[in-house]
Amino acid sequence: MTRYFTQDHEWIDVDGTSGIVGITDYAQSQLGDITYVDLPAAGTAVKKGDAPCVVDSVKAASDVYSPVSGTITAANDALGDAPELVNTDPETGGWLFRIDLSDAAELGGLMDKAAYDAYVAEL
Amino acid sequence: MRYLPLTPDDRSAMLGVIGAGAIDDLFVDVPAEARLPGPVPGLPLRQTEMAVERHFSALARQNKAASDHPFFLGAGAYKHHVPASVDHLIQRGEFLTAYTPYQPEIAQGTLQVLFEFQTQVARLFGCDVANASMYDGSTACWEAIGMAGRVTRRRKAVLSGGLHPHYVSVAKTMARFTGDTLDTATPDLGGTDMARLIGAIDAETSCVVVQYPDVLGRIEDLAPLAAACQAAGALLIAVVTEPVALGACRSPGEMGADIVVGEGQSLGVGLQFGGPYVGLFATRDKYVRQMPGRLCGETVDATGKRGYVLTLSTREQHIRREKATSNICTNSGLCALAFSIHMTLLGERGLRDLAALNHARAVQVADRLAAIPGVGLVNDTFFNEFTVILPKAARAVVHELAARGVLGGVSLGRLYPGVAALENGLVVAVTEVATDEDIAALEAALKEVLA
Repeated sequence: MTRYFTQDHEWIDVDGTSGIVGITDYAQSQLGDITYVDLPAAGTAVKKGDAPCVVDSVKAASDVYSPVSGTITAANDALGDAPELVNTDPETGGWLFRIDLSDAAELGGLMDKAAYDAYVAEL
Repeated sequence: MRYLPLTPDDRSAMLGVIGAGAIDDLFVDVPAEARLPGPVPGLPLRQTEMAVERHFSALARQNKAASDHPFFLGAGAYKHHVPASVDHLIQRGEFLTAYTPYQPEIAQGTLQVLFEFQTQVARLFGCDVANASMYDGSTACWEAIGMAGRVTRRRKAVLSGGLHPHYVSVAKTMARFTGDTLDTATPDLGGTDMARLIGAIDAETSCVVVQYPDVLGRIEDLAPLAAACQAAGALLIAVVTEPVALGACRSPGEMGADIVVGEGQSLGVGLQFGGPYVGLFATRDKYVRQMPGRLCGETVDATGKRGYVLTLSTREQHIRREKATSNICTNSGLCALAFSIHMTLLGERGLRDLAALNHARAVQVADRLAAIPGVGLVNDTFFNEFTVILPKAARAVVHELAARGVLGGVSLGRLYPGVAALENGLVVAVTEVATDEDIAALEAALKEVLA
C-alpha cells in the first residue's frame, strides 16, 4: 500500500486499483472542529478533481476533491455519529471514502509524504 | 421637494473619472425606442401632496376591496380576521426594521421570535424542524423540489394536478435553469390524481408534490402516497396554502410527508394585493442539512444562560457560495413575526375553534349554493374552500357577481385559461369573516345571475 498526497490536502492510500481517501492532519488543523461530513453515495462516478464530499467545520464548509478518477465504493459511515474522528484521527480512522481507480497513471501527479511535508512547511 | 445629494459639479467630476461625457452616455446600451425621450405624456410635472392624495384616493375608491363587500375569494390567499394587536406589536420599534438583524449580541428578541415561529410551523405541519421562513408559498414549493433533488440525487419531480397553477408555473420557471424534469397535469373535476401520482413514481423520481387541501379544496389521506414514495426512494412534498386547515385536518407530516411547505399569509398577514407573504418550510431532522434558508437554534452562552443564534449557516450562500443549498438565505421576518403573534394569540384551542368555525360556515355555503338549480358541488371533502360547477363559464359569472357587489370566488377559467373542461368551475372560500348577510347576498346574486 502506498500513500500519496494532493496540494489540496487530501491523502490517498492505494492498494492495486483500490484507494482510501481522507484529509491530512494539516487540513483538519486548519479547519477547526469538524461538525458534519457530507459523504458520497457508493456507486458515484467521479473524475480527478471532482468534489464528492464536503467537510463542515465551525469555520467553513470545505469541498474534498477526489485525488483520482474512479467509482466510489464505500464511505466511512462512522463519521455520521462521530464527525470529530476527522479531527482526532484524520489519517486513519477519520478516512472519508473508498474509491476504485479507473486510471492508476493519475497517481503520477501526486506527492509522496516527504514532498507533501516540504510543501506544507512552505505554506 | 426632491432630495438630490449630488451637485452638478459632483456629477461632472464622477463622469470625468469614468470617461463619460454625459449621463445619457451611461444608457447607450438601452435601445433608443425603449428610452423615455421626455416627460410622460399626460402626467403633470408637479402636483401638491394634497392633490396627489385626493387623486389616488379617488382611484382607490374604484376598487372593490375585500373588506367592503361579501368576499369569497381564496385559491391560495385567504381573508381572515387579524386581531388589531398583531399589527400593533409588529410595528414596535424593536421589530420593525428594514433588515432582519441576526447578530446574536444585539438581536436576541428577533432570534427568539424566529425560534418560536419555527417551533409553531414544525408543530403545525407535523415535522421535526422548520426554517425561519421563505419568501412565499410558491418559492418554498420550488425550494422543496430542489431539496428533494439534492437528497435523492434524482432530477424528476411529479406534480399533482391539484397543485396551485401559480406554484406549478414558478417551478417550471426555475426548472428551465436547473434541468429538473417536471411531470405536471391540470386538475380533474372527477377526482384527485392520487392514482396517476402513484403510477408515475419510478427509480428516477426525486419527489411527488401534492397540495393539501388541493387547489379545488379537496382533502385526501396522503399516507398511501407517502408509502409509495418511500418504497421508491422518492420524497413526498406536501403543500399547504391554507394553514388554518391544519386546525381541523391531520397534518401532512403525520401522514408521512418528508417536506411540508406552505403559504403562511392566512395567519397574521393580510391579503395585501398579493404580497409580501411568508413561505413556510419544514422537514425531517435527517434532511436538515439539505434544507434551504435561515435556521435559528437555541443554545447556551458562556455563562450557561439560554440564548438564540443562527445555526447550520454553512449550508448558506454567504459561506458556501454557488454550492449553497439555496440562493435564498434571508427570510420574511416581519410577516413571520405577524404569523407567530397571531398563532400565539390563538393558541391550540383558538386555532381549532377558528378551523371549526371556518368549516361550519363553508358547509353552510356549499349546501346553499348546491341547492341552486344547475349548480353542482365538485368536492366530496373540503375544509373552508370548495369548487362548484356552474351551468355556464364561471369567469363571466364572477364579473356579473362583482357588478352586484359580491366578490363570489375565483373562476377556474382564470386559473386555467383555455382549458374547456374547467371553465365552468368556481372556487369558493368561506372564512370566519363571512357574515350571514354576506352568505345570503352571494346566494341571491348567484341565483339572479344564473336565472
